[in-house]
Amino acid sequence: MTKDTFMLGGREFSSRFILGSGKYSLELIRAAVENAGAQIITLAVRRTNTRKNENILDYIPENVTLLPNTSGARDAKEAVRIARMARELGCGNFVKVEIMKDSKYLLPDNAETVKATEQLAKEGFVVLPYMYPDLYTGRDLMNAGAAAVMPLAAPIGSNKGLATREFIQILIDEIDLPVIVDAGIGRPSQACEAMEMGAAAIMANTAIATAGDVPAMAGAFKNAIEAGRAAYLAGLGRVLERGASASDPLTGFLRD
Amino acid sequence: MVRINGEEKKVQGMKLTEYLEAEGYRQETIAIECNEEILSKSEYDKKILQDGDVLEIVNFVGGGR
Repeated sequence: MTKDTFMLGGREFSSRFILGSGKYSLELIRAAVENAGAQIITLAVRRTNTRKNENILDYIPENVTLLPNTSGARDAKEAVRIARMARELGCGNFVKVEIMKDSKYLLPDNAETVKATEQLAKEGFVVLPYMYPDLYTGRDLMNAGAAAVMPLAAPIGSNKGLATREFIQILIDEIDLPVIVDAGIGRPSQACEAMEMGAAAIMANTAIATAGDVPAMAGAFKNAIEAGRAAYLAGLGRVLERGASASDPLTGFLRD
Repeated sequence: MVRINGEEKKVQGMKLTEYLEAEGYRQETIAIECNEEILSKSEYDKKILQDGDVLEIVNFVGGGR
């Protein structure tokens, strides 16, 4: 059997679980990454506070690919500036574009996201845009040079699950890029379902960070994502329109 | 005045590396933007802070969704 991997920016990944690093104590990050089996972890870029001298990079295993996000950006121009600063920090050229004008619902601005993706792809970044699941935007992002698309399942941090299920399915079916379901996934079963639908990977943070036992939940998500992927590759059994269909032989009953 | 991470500071005329050392920045963990352009690490030692400069000094922190 060939290894089941996917490519982003010329790099091959076998783990389909992208872990966010927000909302944890730094000590918990390493255990979460290890239990998740994650090969990609997201980070944010912020103004340096010189009184707090700890560095998150000291807590992340070395072989993990860092995926800085542009959170805090309100338009394409700010996202591009943040991405350039992230690259200057010297941890590679991956960037997750996140542009939000609205601070109540934290929904991505698709139009600005396409603009930033185009600019950053031109500058040689591997661009993974966070987006509202919309087919036309998906196509625009692909044409702009995105390495994947990251549609939201539900509002950020809500743990509400696959609220946009039908629209994510359209992206999976129509966009010739890895579809990484991002934001709102709250339970392992929801991650599993997204993988059964054909998602390339799952990104989660809050579901793990707010769990009772963080490392154990990271492990539970890992197993669910692997199960969903295996089910997708196996091909799900059919669903009947109505009625039933016996799995046991319909002959040889004792009453005959 | 020089605007650094949103605060006005009277540090014009100072070398950037001197400012960073005085403030306790760990240079290997930061990136700097000056007037919306990236300053590479090799420029820190040459850069003299000018009146009106706007600097952003950043590092990675935990983040995700």
